[in-house]
Parts: sequence; structure tokens; C-alpha cells
Amino acid sequence: MSPIWLKVRRVALRLLQAVPTVFGILVVCFLLTRALPGDPAAYFAGMMADEASIEEVRRNLGLDQPMPVQFVTYLKDLMQGDLGMAVSTGQPVMDELANRLPASLELTLCALLLSFLIAVPLGVLAATRPNTWIDHLCRFLVTAGVSLPTFFTGLALMYVFYYLLDWAPAPMGRLDMMYLPPEPVTGFLTIDTVIAGEWEVLGAALAQLALPVITLALFTLAPIARMTRAAMLQTLSSDFVRTARAAGLSGRRVLVTYAFRNALLPVVTTLGMVFSFVLGANVLVEKVFAWPGIGSFAVEALVVSDYASVQGFVLSMALLFVALNLLIDVIYTLIDPRVGEEA
Amino acid sequence: MNRRDFLKGATSLSVGASFLPLFKVLPASAASQETAVVVMGGTINSLDIHRSGTNRDSYQVAINCYDRLVSFGTKQMPDGSLSYDYDNVAPELAESWEISDDGTVMTFTIREGATFWDGKPVTAHDVKWSLDRAVSLGGFPTVQMKAGRLSSPEQFEAVDDRTFRITLPFSSKLALPDLATPIPIIINSEVAKANATEDDPWATEYLHRNPAGSGAYKVARWDAGQQLVYERNDNWAGGPVPGYARVILREVPAQSTRRALIERGSVSVSQNIPNKDAKELASKPGVKVVSTPIENCIFSLCTNLDFEPFKDKRVRQAVAWSIPYQKIFEQAAYEQGVPMWGGTNTVDEIAWPQKSPYSQNLEKAKALLAEAGYEDGFDVPLSFSLSHADWAEPAALLIQQGLADIGIRATIEKIPGANWRTIALVEKKLPLHLENFGGWLNTPDYYFYWAYIKGNLFNSYNYDNPEMAKLVDDTLDMAMDHPDYAPNVKRMIELAFDEIPRIPLWQPTLNVALNASVGGYEYWFHRQMDIRVLKPV
Repeated sequence: MSPIWLKVRRVALRLLQAVPTVFGILVVCFLLTRALPGDPAAYFAGMMADEASIEEVRRNLGLDQPMPVQFVTYLKDLMQGDLGMAVSTGQPVMDELANRLPASLELTLCALLLSFLIAVPLGVLAATRPNTWIDHLCRFLVTAGVSLPTFFTGLALMYVFYYLLDWAPAPMGRLDMMYLPPEPVTGFLTIDTVIAGEWEVLGAALAQLALPVITLALFTLAPIARMTRAAMLQTLSSDFVRTARAAGLSGRRVLVTYAFRNALLPVVTTLGMVFSFVLGANVLVEKVFAWPGIGSFAVEALVVSDYASVQGFVLSMALLFVALNLLIDVIYTLIDPRVGEEA
Repeated sequence: MNRRDFLKGATSLSVGASFLPLFKVLPASAASQETAVVVMGGTINSLDIHRSGTNRDSYQVAINCYDRLVSFGTKQMPDGSLSYDYDNVAPELAESWEISDDGTVMTFTIREGATFWDGKPVTAHDVKWSLDRAVSLGGFPTVQMKAGRLSSPEQFEAVDDRTFRITLPFSSKLALPDLATPIPIIINSEVAKANATEDDPWATEYLHRNPAGSGAYKVARWDAGQQLVYERNDNWAGGPVPGYARVILREVPAQSTRRALIERGSVSVSQNIPNKDAKELASKPGVKVVSTPIENCIFSLCTNLDFEPFKDKRVRQAVAWSIPYQKIFEQAAYEQGVPMWGGTNTVDEIAWPQKSPYSQNLEKAKALLAEAGYEDGFDVPLSFSLSHADWAEPAALLIQQGLADIGIRATIEKIPGANWRTIALVEKKLPLHLENFGGWLNTPDYYFYWAYIKGNLFNSYNYDNPEMAKLVDDTLDMAMDHPDYAPNVKRMIELAFDEIPRIPLWQPTLNVALNASVGGYEYWFHRQMDIRVLKPV
């Protein structure tokens, strides 16, 4: 069998293995949301509604059916791609996810990129010059970044750069209201504006991204920097690096070609883990900067017991997770040829 | 104008605007004639107020984009700010109306030349379709319509194109004002019917996203969860042409961010700010804060008559004498509001809300408790809704201290906002809780109807008194100039203060922060932003 076919088969098998997991998650989520206290019908019937109108709303929402019937209805709709209606926002859940997931992904990916670009060199430097000032700086930065809560950092940055210095734009969302968003292709404003060639809008989008991305990046610096430092330290004291040095290779070559590439594996794993928890946990950043992301959507929906939205969110996160794990495994094989050996 | 031209124009006006707050770059154009920006913390989840599940924040679309038959006029408050005037029902789409001698038939003449946005004239047939819809779709809209004795499509009749008649089962002072609440909007019935289906005869799916009205503003753009852009209707017939051509409503969840935005001048209006920010922003340059007492609304502590100790009136009175009212007013209300304690011992007037005769008097409280047989006190949970935490939490802590001083041990229980309605208002099982009901129609008997009649929603403490029930029943629809009205209301208030199941703490204010360049703001009972009256100064 050709290598390509083997790879494809492996990917397909992995995806198939994910199906029972996702199904299990769906069931658990379905039951959990309905086990929570709080009556969505009463909430959405509104302030002055009486028993009769609450019952009406309950019927409209389909909540008067027994649980198994509700679940089967849910699965049936799911097969047709209908994730239900988000009562808290009045939009179909599918539309909400399609709008909000790219917003959160854009924020998270940009933050991770920035974080990676700072943390990795910092970690490498700290590893190659242990116990010098740069090592202490690295330690200080990551401790501060991870121990300050994100909403605090966000508010502090907004206070300094928007309120006091006026450098940052008004934190009112993804795009200043002077600009119309470009044609949605991917949902990522940065990519869509480039595709449409609208450079002023790209500038505006990047300006709005600046503060929330820095806030999140500060938070994600810690695990990446520490992991890079630890992995580099370990690699630098390994036998093959000693051999390379003994063979007379230049310091730079040893570092970049040999040590760094080997240290990268644990860093990639860490990146994957950080990505998954930041995607959901950036709720607070989203709230502070009025970012229409998926985290705040899910939290709002949970608070008002909006079952369809919460289930839709959990399903999309589960699928994203599966895809992410797969991607990390593929990256592994690219970095480390030994990993792909088991067919 | 296409998007390219718009962007070119915007770019030439605002070099580097992405790095500067909006109004700093466009001082003349943005702040003066064209656009206002309003920020709010909630979210709009539908453009159709009659739809099932529409939340409170969405009512502003009904207010700004649709007209009703009548509206309320304007009055000036003691501090110079403007408010709607409950006693002055003004024409909106109805240019005049007549009420029959026995008060059961109201006949409205629709304004000549009033048109919907698509140019079609507003007729009485549209009014009938719209009001039928309001009473048929259920939920809160139907309940509110019923409060004005409007409950069935048979009461509504389009006599001809310009004459509309409403027949009431009996004369009621609540019917006409009820027509000025946000609910009875006039929808373009032809557009709606064209988009209705067999399963959806009232076109709820279409009107959910596409308003079809005659109001002062159209919805130019709705990005759910982010912003709503209003565009002025220059042919509006229901009132004077509004001051702003465009109003952008942005949803910004965090209060700190909203505060920074209004302080820096990036936005024109920040609606419904907490008391603490209202107090602090009042002294900032460039910002003015308008705090209007919310009519017919009192923040109260409620003692549930299903809880054994509270069955005795003396225990409830003891609780009322133990509360540190002044401290609560300072620490929970930041002195924004009207104190509701320490009034006269007799009820001398029917103005409502009015001060209760109670104040903090621990001796009296202890004496009453001893008389009732509870010298050793008792344990009770004190609950409040987390969505009101900004005022309820400090108030609850102080109440807990006051109760501890007379031997009652209260434990604080915080109930999530989404569960509050069911537990507090529907199941009515919280022994001691903080409540914030305010009636939309501004008469004392209306307040008493919702809060003091057994089984009614805001009577979350199971109060049941046949004398009170009879008084409310007699008075609810009675005209205010009827000779029995004032004595009945006085007696109701006397009973309420004597039996004191609901202890008034203070009358809250609605606080709005406005950029100094924005004028015309008017307070309304629905507590939403009516943008039709805003104008640049």
C-alpha cells in the first residue's frame, strides 16, 4: 500500500473512532442541561407571564415532551443539520456558531501566534543561559502573566492604552462601526479583508484585535515558555547534542537544527492543550472587549438554560477537539519521523 | 451609495480613525448632526415584541420602529430632566379619539397621511390586525394587553379605513394608557400577511427579523449579538422628525468597558448604569447623568406569609423596625433614589410610592418580637436574585445585620437570575427575599393589584386579605376623579403599611449617562431608550 493511502486510512480510522465519543458527549450534555435547576419556559415567557403563557412557551420550545422523545427529535434535527433555535439570541444555533466560532478562533489563534513568537525565543534563551538575568526575566514574565486573571489584564490594558493614552480604538467589538465588514468567506476578518483587498478595514480589524490578543497572549505565555525552556534544557544535555558539539558543529547549528527540532514535540503538545482551554476560557476577555465570541455565547445560554445553544456549543467544541487532536498527531509525524512508523 | 464610496468617504474623513475614539476625529459631523451611538449591556434577541421569547431589551425596537395609536406627553421633573407624562395621553397614529359616556366604547380617528415605510397608508384594518395579534400570540404581551381590559379580537373593530373602535367589557381608566405601552404596535398588515404561512398566520418568522412599521426609525442593519443600526424615517407622521439621522446601538457586556466608553466620549449614551457609576460619573466633564425615579416601583423586602413566624403581623412589623434604612440607602443605592421609610403614622395622601411609617428602631422591634413569642429569634434564609446583585447584595448584608441585632439569624441565599422567576414569583416559596417590582401603568391600585392580590405574579409572599382584594377589585378600573377612589387607595395603603408583608426600602432611579453633546432624553416607564426624542445640542 502506498504511504499516502496509509495516511488517509489512518486519518479516516481516527475520525471514525471519534464518532462514539461525540455521541457520548451529546448524551451527557443533553441530560446535564436538563438536570440543571431553572425553567427556560418561565424565563422566556417573560416577566409578567402567568401559568398559561408559561405552558404555551414550554410547548413552543418542545419542552413538554418526555426526555427520550426530546432526544430523538434532537438527533433527527441534527441529521438534517438543524441545531435548533437559540432562544436567548433569537437566531438559529447554526448561524450563531458560524458567526461566533470564527470570531473566537481568530482571537485565539492570533493570541497563540503572538504568544508562540514571544514565548519560544524566551524559553530557548532562558535554557541556553540558565540563571542569568534573561532566565529570571522569563520566570517573572510568565508568573505574572498566568497569575493575573484575564479580565484584570484586559481591563488594565484597556485603561492604559485606551482610556489614558488613546492609542487603542474603542473596545466595542471586532470592527469599528465606521467600517462595513468584508464579504464573509472564512469568517476571519483578517483573512477576508485581504481576500477582498480592503486594506483600511484590515487595519481597523487589526487595531481592534490588538488589546484582546495581547491580553490572551500574556495568559498563554506561561505554559509555552516554561515548556520550551524545560524541553530545551533536556535536549541540550542529551547525548546527541554532546556528540554534535564534540564533532565541532557551530553553536547555532547545534541549537537550531538539532536541539530545537527535538525540543519542539512537547511544545506542540502544550500548544494544543493551551488552544483547547483558551478557546472556551476566553469568555472574560470577550466580555470586556465586547467580542462576539463563542465563549460568552455559551455562558449566556447556560445561565438562561437555553438547551439548544449549550448543546450546539458542546457539539462544536467536541468536533473541534477531535480535529485538533488529529492535526497535532499529523504535525508530530512531520516533526518526528519515528512517530509515523506504526501503521 | 455603495460600500466602496462609503468607505472612501469614511477613510477621507477619518485618517487614522482606527486609533482614535469616534467623536474625537469627527467632532463636527458625528456628534452634531448625523449619528449617535448608544451602548447597552443586554442583547436584542428579536425585532418582534409579540414573539414568544422576546426579551426586555428588544422592546426598544418596538418603541422606536413602530407606532401605537397613542403615546404619552412630556413633563419636566424637579431636577430639570424630562419624563413621559402618564396623565397626558397624546396622539401618535390616532389624531383624535372619543370615549362614550359610559366609558366602554373608544373610537379613534387615524391620522390622515400616516404611511408605513413602504408608502402604504396606515388604515384601521392594520390596527385591527395588529391588536388582534397582540392579544392572540400569548406570553407577556397578551398579559399586558389584558391589564388594560383588552383581551379578545372581538373588542376591536375597523369601522372604516380611518376609524377604529374598541369596546371594553366595562369602563376602565387603564385601557387608554395601556394603548401607549410598547405592546400594541401597529404593523403593516399587508406586508405581514404576504409573509405569513399556514403554520404561522401571524408572520412571526418574518417579523422576527424584518420589522414592517410606520415608526420614526427603520432598522438598517441587525447584527445579532453585536449591533443594531437605526435609520431615520424622514416621513414619520407620529411626531416631530427625530434629531439623529442614524443611531447605532452597540452591545457591550462589561459595565467597566461601557463606563470607559462614555467617559472618553466614544459613545453618546450609556443606558441603565448602576448607582455607583451614576454617582461617580455625575462629576466628570463632558458627561451628564440623568437619574429619574422609576415611577410605581419600590425595592422591597418581602416576608412570606407561608413561613410560620411571618404569619404573625407583629413579627413582620418587628422586621420592618429592624432594618438599617439609611445605611442601605447610602451603600446599596449610593443615594440615587427616593427614601421610602420614616413617613407619617397616618396615610394622608394617595401619592404612590410613599414613605412607610417605619424606620430603624431596635427597641420597638425587640418588643414586638417578644410580644409575639419570639424573644429567642429564629432562623430564616434571606434570598435575592443575582441579576440584581449590584443593589441587592449590599442591601441583604445590611438587613442581615439589622435582623441579627434583634435575634433573627438570617443566612444569605443567592439565586441565579434565570431561576429567580420560577422560585420566587411562580412557586412563591422564598421566606424572606428582596424584590423590585414596578408597574408600567402609574396608578397605586395597579401596583396593589399585582403585588397584594393572592395568586398574582408579584405577590411572591402569599399575602391574602379579603378586604384588600375587594378594595383593589373595586378601584382598579375606577376613574381617578371618582369620589370613592381616594378613600379606597388610602385604605389600601393603610392596610399595606399595617400588615407590612412587603417592606419598602427605597424607590430606585433609572440612571442614564449622556455625552454633553446629546440632548432631549426623556425617561419612560419601560426603562428602554426612546431614541426618537434625542437630538444634538
